[in-house]
Amino acid sequence: MLEVSNLVVEFRQGGRSLRAANQVSLSVRQGETMGIVGESGSGKSVLCRTILRLLPTPPAFVRSGSVRFGDVDLLTLTEERMREVRGADIAMVFQNPMNALNPVWPIGDQVSEGLRVHKGLGQRAARDRAIELLKQVGIPSPELRVDEYPHQWSGGMVQRAVIAMAMANQPKLILADEPTTALDVTIQDQILALLMDLQHAAGMSLVLVSHDMAVVAETCDRVAVMYAGRIVELADTRTIFRDTRHPYTLGLMQSIPRIDAKGERLEPIQGAPPNLSTLPPGCPFAPRCRFVQPECRAIDVTLREISPGHFSACLFPERVDGSMS
Amino acid sequence: MVLFDYIVGRLLQMIPVIIGVSLIAFVSIHFVPGDPVEIMMHGRATPEALAAAHAKLGLDQPVLVQYWRFIVNAAQGDLGNSIIQNANVSKIVGERLLPTIYLLVTSAFLAVVIAIPLSVVAARRADQAADHVIRLAGIVGFAMPPFWIGILLMLLFGITLDWFPISGYGRDFIDRLHHLFLPSLTIAIFLAPILVQSLRTAMLDVMTAEYIEVARAKGLGPWRILVKHALRNALIPVTTILAVNIGWLLSGAVVVEYLFSFPGLGSLLVRAVGYRDYPVIQGLSLVFAVLVLAVNLLADLSYMLIDRRVLKA
Amino acid sequence: MTELGQSVASSNRLLRELARWPTTLRIGIGLMLLIVLAGVFAPLLTPYDPYAQDFGSALLPPNWAHPFGTDNFGRDVLTRVLYGIRVNLPIGFFTTYVPMVYGVALGAFAGYFGGLFDGLLMRILDITVAFPFLVLIIVIVAVLGPGVQNIYIAVFLTAWTMYARLARAEMLVERGKDYVLAARTLGYGSLRIVLGHGLPNIINSSIVFSMSDFVLNIMLVSGLSFLGLGVAPPVPEWGAMIAEGRDFIFDAWWISTLPGLAIVLTGTALCLIGDGLAQRLGERRHALL
Repeated sequence: MLEVSNLVVEFRQGGRSLRAANQVSLSVRQGETMGIVGESGSGKSVLCRTILRLLPTPPAFVRSGSVRFGDVDLLTLTEERMREVRGADIAMVFQNPMNALNPVWPIGDQVSEGLRVHKGLGQRAARDRAIELLKQVGIPSPELRVDEYPHQWSGGMVQRAVIAMAMANQPKLILADEPTTALDVTIQDQILALLMDLQHAAGMSLVLVSHDMAVVAETCDRVAVMYAGRIVELADTRTIFRDTRHPYTLGLMQSIPRIDAKGERLEPIQGAPPNLSTLPPGCPFAPRCRFVQPECRAIDVTLREISPGHFSACLFPERVDGSMS
Repeated sequence: MVLFDYIVGRLLQMIPVIIGVSLIAFVSIHFVPGDPVEIMMHGRATPEALAAAHAKLGLDQPVLVQYWRFIVNAAQGDLGNSIIQNANVSKIVGERLLPTIYLLVTSAFLAVVIAIPLSVVAARRADQAADHVIRLAGIVGFAMPPFWIGILLMLLFGITLDWFPISGYGRDFIDRLHHLFLPSLTIAIFLAPILVQSLRTAMLDVMTAEYIEVARAKGLGPWRILVKHALRNALIPVTTILAVNIGWLLSGAVVVEYLFSFPGLGSLLVRAVGYRDYPVIQGLSLVFAVLVLAVNLLADLSYMLIDRRVLKA
Repeated sequence: MTELGQSVASSNRLLRELARWPTTLRIGIGLMLLIVLAGVFAPLLTPYDPYAQDFGSALLPPNWAHPFGTDNFGRDVLTRVLYGIRVNLPIGFFTTYVPMVYGVALGAFAGYFGGLFDGLLMRILDITVAFPFLVLIIVIVAVLGPGVQNIYIAVFLTAWTMYARLARAEMLVERGKDYVLAARTLGYGSLRIVLGHGLPNIINSSIVFSMSDFVLNIMLVSGLSFLGLGVAPPVPEWGAMIAEGRDFIFDAWWISTLPGLAIVLTGTALCLIGDGLAQRLGERRHALL
């Protein structure tokens, strides 16, 4: 349904350039939840924004690749045609709910704005629909609250409104960019559960971006792990957790606190995230890798299928072993 | 209650300024070289008449007593008497206050009406040809003196086309609006460049906000985003800009009122200066200053009200 | 290094600096040079005398002999506009830059020292900005009497406040920076710190503002003359010319409209310089106020 292939996105500013997404390929199937995990700066958000073509050019340039949605390549659409896709076929949920709504307009107005633009709904119909949508995302007495302003609501409630806003046109795909990161821990699960419920009810696909392996483990069918603008491992959730075949994925998993593992120490990944403008040759993760070999610093790595449906960009996937630490 | 404390605080802050302002207004007459009363009477008064006028103006009293009487009377709305017009200054000034306020309101309104579309286009096409043209027009507009703008408008709309009257004030509401149009347009053209510039900057600032990206993700077009999501947020600082420039607006109004023979405070000031009518000049300078202070206070208060709604005070 | 080498090096520096000028700055300075030259060489540019009256050719509309027409006394309007450069530019210059000198100095010291001096200065500023600028000037001129000399006094009394405000605000920021602290630990005197170390860092905003101020002062003086409180006829001052022409607006539009072009052109040149300077000096506030 969504098929990203060999996507390369560069940022150029004042003669310098860096690759924020490098040879990214992934597909999202009908009704599937695809998780994208990685540290900040790994290219997850750039990927989402490139799919919706939200990045301003300059500084962002798509160097190569395609984003096929249904039977069109989104990257070749005119801006006008692209606007008909945004919010209608593909919608997005943002990280920081408090910044995602315009402070000077009522919430209901913003929730239904997409309907007015895409479906040409009138003032009244839009307001009624906004109330309905707010009810769907679990806002109590929405008919009273539809005309309130963002600052009158809590962060969790505003995020529900932002989700309602994304659902307004019943899109086929929702891109959720760290939808729970800015929220209180107690609220996070509720919001995730809401997203999953809505997804299953509507049968739509969901791309869930997160830096948190635990969140992805609970919710996603398949997971893509990103590092330094590349996908380094991709598999279904079960496989990626049971049979990890990339040292970075392993590092991410070992930094999750686990209730069942008493006395086990959390293992932070050594070193700092790479600087994308000065990447070393070879595997970008080599400087931080526990299993590093001399070849890793010389040979360029690509994503390879190591078993059916399981992809890894590690040169020595068989060496990756969680028990070694 | 926060609001109440704020208002009281602001009023208390204004007290030293009001005292200073009244001092300047009062003291001015004492710097007149020679005897102000003699100048006012244009040297045609008998010594007895001079003495009587001195007594009437209280100029025979010690200076401190004079100042005390000046502020006590001013606080009660009595600004003294005009020897030349043989009338109470408060009455003379009072008649002229409302026309000037109407003029300010219509000018500010027209300026905003002119500035909004221009700044929206400039922000939408930032650093492109349209933006450069608007910016250059702004610079040229800023360099045009208001009295000259007024003369051009008079020639075009008043004389050549004969659509609008070029002097006076009018009798009923519609007639007044008709008379107000050209002077207001003059001040508006004079004010618009500053508004366009600050609105454009404010909108470009807003355009970097996250909710603008959200709006794009909803599939909104660039014009809709600019007009609906950026303009309203950018208009908030504009209230402040208008208030900060109220002195500037009033300065323009003085010249424009004179040019269009508009019966407001500005033309009264110019006339009073011509006649050396010092009590009227004193009273007017006080009224002008209080007007500026009041507008600034109002703007602060309204901004605070908006602010509370927007920024969750 | 030889003298020649030095002058080559410095001329290279000059060329490099010129290469970095924004377009607006170049156009503005070019225009301004033309205006100044036109004022200096006015007698060579026009065969007429700005004062000589010739009733035989009064109120002639613009034509080849008189591109801007003639006024009610038969004087060539273009000639008077050109000679007006000699009147308006110097007044505008002095009313801008004299107050700037002590305004910036007062503001810088107030910002550096704070305390009573600063408090007093701020109160004076609050009071002066409470009056619309033109009203304050008119009241002072009304008290002292019309004329150029009294305009100077009125402007010198009031116009420094904007510069003091700007310089004070900038100095408050600079005061806490390391280089000021370093200068203090070296035992430098306050005078040296404020003028030698602080001033170069705070002057840019005032320089940029002075361009707008220059425009406003040209308008102020011509405005006062227009109201009959400034330069008196028959001196060829732009505002006075516009005022004189106002009586003939029904039959001779050119007398009052065309001199205004001189004000607009000069003002535009100054604004362009201000805009360019703002870019070149990296000032956040862009031209116009």
